[in-house]
Amino acid sequence: MSTLEIKDLHVSIDTEQGSKEILKGVTLTINTGETHAIMGPNGSGKSTLASTIAGHPRYNVTSGTITLDGEDVLAMSVDARARAGLFLAMQYPVEVPGVTMTNFLRTAKTAIDGEAPSLRHWTKDVKSAMAGLKIDADFAGRNVNEGFSGGEKKRVEILQLELFKPKFAILDETDSGLDVDALKVVSEGVNRAAEGHEMGTLLITHYTRILRYIKPDFVHVFVDGRVAEQGGPDLADRLEEEGYDRFLAVGA
Amino acid sequence: MTDTATAFSGEKARIGAPAIAGFTEEGENLSPLNEDSSPLGGDASKAHSHGAGAGVPDSSRAGRLTSYRLEDFKALTGREEDWRFTPLKRLGGLHKNVPAGAAPIVTSELSDGATVETVGMDDVRVGSAGIPEDRVAANGWNAAKEATVLTLGANAENVKATLTLTGAGLEASAQHMVIVAEPNSRGLVVIDHVGSAVVAENIEIDVQDGADLTVVSVQAWEDDSIHASSQQAKVSKDAQFKHIVVTFGGDLVRLTPSARFAGTGAKAEMFGLYFADAGQHLEHRLFVDHAQPRCTSNVLYKGALQGKDAHTVWVGDVLIRKEAEGTDSYEANRNLVLTDGARADSVPNLEIETGLIEGAGHASTTGRFDDQHLFYLMSRGIDEKTARRLVVRGFLNEIIQKIGVEELQTRLNETVEAELAATEN
Repeated sequence: MSTLEIKDLHVSIDTEQGSKEILKGVTLTINTGETHAIMGPNGSGKSTLASTIAGHPRYNVTSGTITLDGEDVLAMSVDARARAGLFLAMQYPVEVPGVTMTNFLRTAKTAIDGEAPSLRHWTKDVKSAMAGLKIDADFAGRNVNEGFSGGEKKRVEILQLELFKPKFAILDETDSGLDVDALKVVSEGVNRAAEGHEMGTLLITHYTRILRYIKPDFVHVFVDGRVAEQGGPDLADRLEEEGYDRFLAVGA
Repeated sequence: MTDTATAFSGEKARIGAPAIAGFTEEGENLSPLNEDSSPLGGDASKAHSHGAGAGVPDSSRAGRLTSYRLEDFKALTGREEDWRFTPLKRLGGLHKNVPAGAAPIVTSELSDGATVETVGMDDVRVGSAGIPEDRVAANGWNAAKEATVLTLGANAENVKATLTLTGAGLEASAQHMVIVAEPNSRGLVVIDHVGSAVVAENIEIDVQDGADLTVVSVQAWEDDSIHASSQQAKVSKDAQFKHIVVTFGGDLVRLTPSARFAGTGAKAEMFGLYFADAGQHLEHRLFVDHAQPRCTSNVLYKGALQGKDAHTVWVGDVLIRKEAEGTDSYEANRNLVLTDGARADSVPNLEIETGLIEGAGHASTTGRFDDQHLFYLMSRGIDEKTARRLVVRGFLNEIIQKIGVEELQTRLNETVEAELAATEN
C-alpha cells in the first residue's frame, strides 16, 4: 500500500495585484485502493490542489507538505513526480505540435518505467486501451491533442492513466464538457485502471453525476481553500440535493 | 489581389518581437543594418509610382525585373521589397563588388545516367532555365567564369547524383550550375554546400518534358559563410519537380528558389527546413509561377529558431496567371520559436488572376515551444531535455522524411540533434 499525504498545505499564485492565497491549509490522506472525491464550488481551490500536486510552476507552496510514502513530493521536479507514481489527468490537456501520440506514449512509458516497454505487448496494450475508450485507431498517428475535441482530449488523458499505471491518479474535472456517453466511457476507463492495479484516486469535480459511475469512498467539500466538510458517499448525495449554498452562506 | 501578412499565431506578444532592434511585430520595418531605413515605404514603390525603375509595379510578382545584365539592376539600398529583411552589410559585398574569388570546389558522385561537365558561360545551356531576378544574382551570373552542367540523360531511370560544393575561403566568389533533366529521366540530385565561402550562386534547373527530378540543396556551411543562391527551375510539360531545401549553416543564407511552369500538366513540390541559431540570418524567398494550365504546386517550409538574434525570413510568392486555368496550389510556412530573442518573419503572397482554378491556399503559423508544452510532457515523466527534443524532432521530421535518401536523412537527424544539444549548453 502507498500513501499520499497532504498536510496543512498553503498555496498562493502571483497576480497583478500581488500574491493571492488560494489554498489555506489543506490536509488530506489518500491510500492506494481508495477513491476520494473533492467537490466544491468554482474558485474553491480544487484545481489548484491538483496542479500543485503535479508541480505546475504557477503555484507557490508557502507552507505545508506533500509526501508520497514519506518522500517529499514538493522537492521533486515535475517529471520526477510522474516517475514516482503521480498522474494528473488535466482539465485542459495541452496540444503538443510535432509529436505523435504513438511516440509520446512510448516515450512517457519508457520514462516512467525506466525501461522501454516490450514492443509486442506495448502495441497490443495501446490498441486495446484505445478500443476500450472508443478512441479511433488513427489517433495514434496524430499529434498529441492537436485538433482533438474536448471529449477526445479527456479520453486520451484516461488512456494515459490506463497505460502508465500510476500509484495515484488525480482527475481534474475530467467530467467537464463530456456528454453522458463519453462520461460513461471515461469512467469505465478509470474503474478499469483502479481494478487493474493498486491505485488511489483523487477525483476532482464540480458535479455529482460522475459519482454515479465512479464510486467514492470519501467525499471532501472544498470551500474557499479549505476542506469545509468530509464524509462518505452519502455526502455527495446530500450535495446533489442541496448544492453548495449551505457552505457559501456560512462562508459569507 | 495580393494578400500579404506577417503571421503570428496565438501568443503574438510573446514571440520575441522586441528582441531585435528596429523590427516591429508587423515586420514592416527594414533591417536596422541597412542605411536610411524607413518604415514608410521602399525605394521600389516610389520609383514605380513615377513609372521609373523596372516600369512595372511591384504590386504583382509578375512585374519583377529580370535581366542578365548587372547594370539593369540599381544599387541596393535595403529598402527594396525583396531586400527589406536582408541585412546588406552582412552580404560580404556580393551586391556591390565583383565576386572574383575562387568559387567553391565542385566534386561529384554520379550513378549511371548522370554526367557532369564544366563549360564556359557561353554554353547554350547557360541561361536555358534561369534569369537573374535581383542584383546579387546578376552579379554572380556575370562574374562566374565557368558553369557546372549536370545532365540526367533522356529516359534514364533512378539516377543519383551528389555534388559537393566545398567553400574555398571567404573571398567573395560566384558559382554557376545547370541541372538538366532530359525528357522522361528520373532522378535525384543532392547539392551539398560545406566549408567556408562567400558566394553568389545561380543554379538553373531544366526539367524537361515528362522528367521526374528531385533536387535537394543542403546548406551545411561553416558559421562564417555568406550564401546568396538563386535556384530557378523551368518545369516543362507533364514533368514532376521536387525541390528540397535544408539550411542549417552559415552566417547569412538567402535562397530564392523558383519554379516556373513551361508546359501543362506539370507538378512542383517545394519543401524546406531551416534551423537558425543565435545571430544567424536564414532567408528563403520562393516563387511559383503558374503560367500554364492544369499544373499543381505544393509548398511547405518549416523552421526552428533558437538563441539571441536568430532571424529567419520566409516569403512565398505564388502567382496564378490568367492562362493558368485548372491550377491547384497550396503553400505553407510553419515556424517554431524555441527561445527568447529569436525572430521569424513569414509572408505568404498569393496572386490569382483567374477564377477557373481547382484550388489555391496559403497558411503561416509561428508558434512557440512554451512552458505549457513542457509542463504537459514533463508531467508524464519525460525530462525537459527529452521533451524539447521530442517536439523539435517531430516538427522538422515532416520535411526530412520527404527527402528519400536514407544517408542524408540520418545525417540531417544528427544535425538536428547537434543543434538541440547546443541550446542545452
